[in-house]
Amino acid sequence: MLKIRDLNVHYGGIHALKGISIDVPENKIVTLIGANGAGKSTTLRSIIGLVKSSSGSVVYDGQTVTNKRTKDIVSKGVVLVPEGRRVFPNLTVEENLILGAYIRKDKEAIKRDMEWVYQLFPRLKERVWQKAGTMSGGEQQMLAVARALMTKPKLLMMDEPSLGLAPLIVKDIFGIIKEIHKEGVTILLIEQNAKAALEIADYGYVLETGSIVLEGEGKHLLSNDEVQKAYLGE
Amino acid sequence: MNKKNTLTLISIIAFIVLLFILNINLGIYQMRIFNLCGIYVILALSLNLINGFVGLFSLGHAGFMAVGAYTCALLTMSREMKEMNFFLEPIVPWLKNVQVPFPLALIVAGIMAAIAGALIGAPVLRLRDDYLAIATLGFSEIIRVIFTNTQSITNGALGIKGLPSIGITGKTWEVVIWTWGIALLTIIVMVLLINSSYGRAFKAIREDEIAAEAMGINLFKHKMMAFIIGSFFAGIGGALLGHLIGTIDPRMFFIVLTFNIVLIVVLGGIGSITGSVISAVVVTIAMEVLRVLDGDIIIGGYMIKGIPGMRMVVFSVLLMMVILFYQRGLMGTKEFSWDWILNRKKKTVKS
Repeated sequence: MLKIRDLNVHYGGIHALKGISIDVPENKIVTLIGANGAGKSTTLRSIIGLVKSSSGSVVYDGQTVTNKRTKDIVSKGVVLVPEGRRVFPNLTVEENLILGAYIRKDKEAIKRDMEWVYQLFPRLKERVWQKAGTMSGGEQQMLAVARALMTKPKLLMMDEPSLGLAPLIVKDIFGIIKEIHKEGVTILLIEQNAKAALEIADYGYVLETGSIVLEGEGKHLLSNDEVQKAYLGE
Repeated sequence: MNKKNTLTLISIIAFIVLLFILNINLGIYQMRIFNLCGIYVILALSLNLINGFVGLFSLGHAGFMAVGAYTCALLTMSREMKEMNFFLEPIVPWLKNVQVPFPLALIVAGIMAAIAGALIGAPVLRLRDDYLAIATLGFSEIIRVIFTNTQSITNGALGIKGLPSIGITGKTWEVVIWTWGIALLTIIVMVLLINSSYGRAFKAIREDEIAAEAMGINLFKHKMMAFIIGSFFAGIGGALLGHLIGTIDPRMFFIVLTFNIVLIVVLGGIGSITGSVISAVVVTIAMEVLRVLDGDIIIGGYMIKGIPGMRMVVFSVLLMMVILFYQRGLMGTKEFSWDWILNRKKKTVKS
């Protein structure tokens, strides 16, 4: 579904991504793990066009989308749940969700998806009129995911959904990710919580200072010695 | 038509009736202040669209007002009046014989201001926060300086005197219909705009640009749109202000004018249409009422000699108090709604 080939990204003089290649097959969960500053977020941001790459290609569904406008990429069905949730704090839960469907024009389907999202997150339904900024971190993360679902993604990219959340809620979030995957959404997940991510992933990549150092099936990576040492703690 | 729409329609009609009653009963001085209120409502709303709803801190309003005011003035004045004004250097021939009816001139004034907004917005809207404020302020000053130096078009520092009164017939009763009529129109346009999907996109940009972009919202397009609509209404407000006062010159469009409108918007609540309207009326009236402070004051038999500009000091203190203790302004981002009043009524009936 998504093929990244030899992608390079520079921030001024810093070479953030050094020619990485990633494949995300349809209906799979693929995860990208790595330490801070490895270039995980940069990868996602360059896929969706928020950051311009200097060379390499991103091919989605057979179409080259390298350095296209974010709006065009989003309307193809590639959606990002940004790092740190980034809900719109002074808008209500409902307004946040409506904004998620901003590029869609099919009103009926939007209504149906809204119901589906509320079913998936009953907590949000209780808080339709609450301002997003006044909710707890976990609820905000749920809203961020729900908002992304309103865009009707084919490929959902999540940037550290477990960041700053209590372990119990992290478990909830990962449960929801599985649920969304069951609905036929392909998922590209970025995590620092390598164990949780690899457990649900079909395939994983390990990123280190801008290059991929290791890749393999989720379960294989989990049992890999180097990964154990570096990210999971022995 | 549902209950709320009926209520809105009734209150609009009631307001128009009120305008006529006030028109008959109030004196010229009071009426003039009342007209000024209407104009400031237009200006505050146009600035609030840019600053409050899209979150772009723009300080260029005086510049757009100047464009609107000069355009409208030059288009409505008769050939004789223009010749009388331009005695240092004659007016350019292509402007000399142009004279169009007031409504057309007003629309052209808005469009010219919108074009100025588009030209300035295109480069400037790539900036954020303080940088945007400085850049827009700079462009507003540039407009003023250009108008000071284009002697044969704007009559430079001498300004233009003898602008015709607002309206088609030139009668005084017509003025209030134009000022408050357009103010009402502005309110309606803003309410419709804010409640549309564009409005939600504006708010999303204000809240979080990166998240908004990730939703597929085109940041630049929406910022430009708000900026252009804002400048359009600023131009119309400026034109009305010029015609109400009857004379314009570049000094009128100093930063102080922008400051006054920012004051109104901040006091009313950044991001509240209701707040801007209430605050525009209150501040405009207060500016006049507090003129007492500029004159001599007698306290307990002692006479304190008047200091001109004292009321501006009072306003500055007021603004500081608001910023320190009441940061969200009068209304915050809340809006007036019929639900709120109807629910209140129900509650009182129950208890």
